[in-house]
Amino acid sequence: MSELSVNHLLGIKYITKEDIELIFETADQFKEVINRPIKKVPSLRDITIANLFFENSTRTRLSFELAEKRLSADVINFSASSSSVKKGETLVDTVNNILSMKVDIVVMRHPNPGAGIFLSKHVDASIVNAGDGAHEHPTQALLDCYSIRERLGSVAGKNVIIVGDILHSRVALSNIYALQTLGANVKVCGPKSLIPKYIHKLGVGVETNLRAALQWCDVANMLRVQNERMDISYFPSTREYTQQYGVTKSLLDSLDKEVIIMHPGPINRGVEITSDVADSKQAIILNQVENGVAIRMAVIYLLASKIKRDDSN
Amino acid sequence: MSQKVLLNSTEVNITLHRLACQLLENHTSFHNTVLIGMQPRGIFLARRLATMLEDVYKVNNLHLGHLDITFYRDDFRRSDKPLAANQTEINFIVEDKRVVLIDDVLFTGRSIRAALTALQSYGRPESVELLTLIDRRFSRHLPIQPDYRGRQVDAINNEKVKVCWLENDGEDAVYLINN
Repeated sequence: MSELSVNHLLGIKYITKEDIELIFETADQFKEVINRPIKKVPSLRDITIANLFFENSTRTRLSFELAEKRLSADVINFSASSSSVKKGETLVDTVNNILSMKVDIVVMRHPNPGAGIFLSKHVDASIVNAGDGAHEHPTQALLDCYSIRERLGSVAGKNVIIVGDILHSRVALSNIYALQTLGANVKVCGPKSLIPKYIHKLGVGVETNLRAALQWCDVANMLRVQNERMDISYFPSTREYTQQYGVTKSLLDSLDKEVIIMHPGPINRGVEITSDVADSKQAIILNQVENGVAIRMAVIYLLASKIKRDDSN
Repeated sequence: MSQKVLLNSTEVNITLHRLACQLLENHTSFHNTVLIGMQPRGIFLARRLATMLEDVYKVNNLHLGHLDITFYRDDFRRSDKPLAANQTEINFIVEDKRVVLIDDVLFTGRSIRAALTALQSYGRPESVELLTLIDRRFSRHLPIQPDYRGRQVDAINNEKVKVCWLENDGEDAVYLINN
């Protein structure tokens, strides 16, 4: 089996364990490629990719763009703030206009959950979801699991805690799907107000005490508090949040084991983790960023290989 | 389907010794030479030759690498089968080295073309030579010829040459398979 079961990467929910393993095996090869003196392969010379970002992003957009360029694809970038979206154009119209310029793959971030799924039904291109509202962020979950696999050898059987703002997090949902598919045990930890009501339906445990959570886990994935998505107050103050759910070096040192610390970025230093934790050996935050490029190369490569060539014209 | 033995295990062994000696003639101490086996099937031949050079011909500090060319192939999205990548392992600098590319069968020459491009990602070698166990002449699509060849074979297009290795297939032999 060396082909994805899907033509789009819309979410982890829609792909299989075999797909994830294939993406990881392909990413292994790309990781070697991006550590060569010349970090570029010519595989996607005849593929054009549009990066459509209807929501702000630095890391993800750069990572996708770099991945695409390392595969020799042609890349066009589009951000909503400087586009016709402001003038009232619909999503399908915007994308169809871009596709009429012969684009094969669309990488899209959008504030509305399900935007990628909607688009995949209406336009003729492979869609990669780069984050849709509070729904999914599949490539982030893939690179998180890939980083765990790289550090601990495998994901199966590991205990992973996701700490912080679960309610507004697309990273959390995608991570839960991916980790469970790969056989990890997942719990979430955070203030009750930031944990979705029906989280147990996903088979995820809830822990409200951070120390107990860290004691249980092998890996802690620290999420950012997404102030921009909060229309009401979910906790009394940032200081109180930090006191209860912020990870400090002294807290980690007081445990009788070494917990791996991950963070999807951007970090609010001093809020969810302190600086000395972010910069410690236990943190694999920068490995996650490096792996992000390899994972995105693998996803795009595998999706591109499913696009049929049209030699008729 | 019928198959014919082109080389049996004794003949494979004799040919390997000859190829090793030809390499020795041109590279003597191998101090500036690297052997690179091509994934997936060329690595067996490369490993055999490297072991033979070290054990029988007492060459020291031999550099051996594996090169995967999947991402450099020119049939991406053209073939029906998806292209699965293999491991590349080149733990040395190729810059200014004399490279010997090693593959089991030379057919159209397209893999070698891809390998030459892939090799550039690791630096600028002083020279590149090609060693193949089987050379299927008259079937080239590109102007590529081996510098060291084990056996030349005239095979028509729907025939297939299969190279078996003891460590992988249970025997050393080369077959011509007719479908």
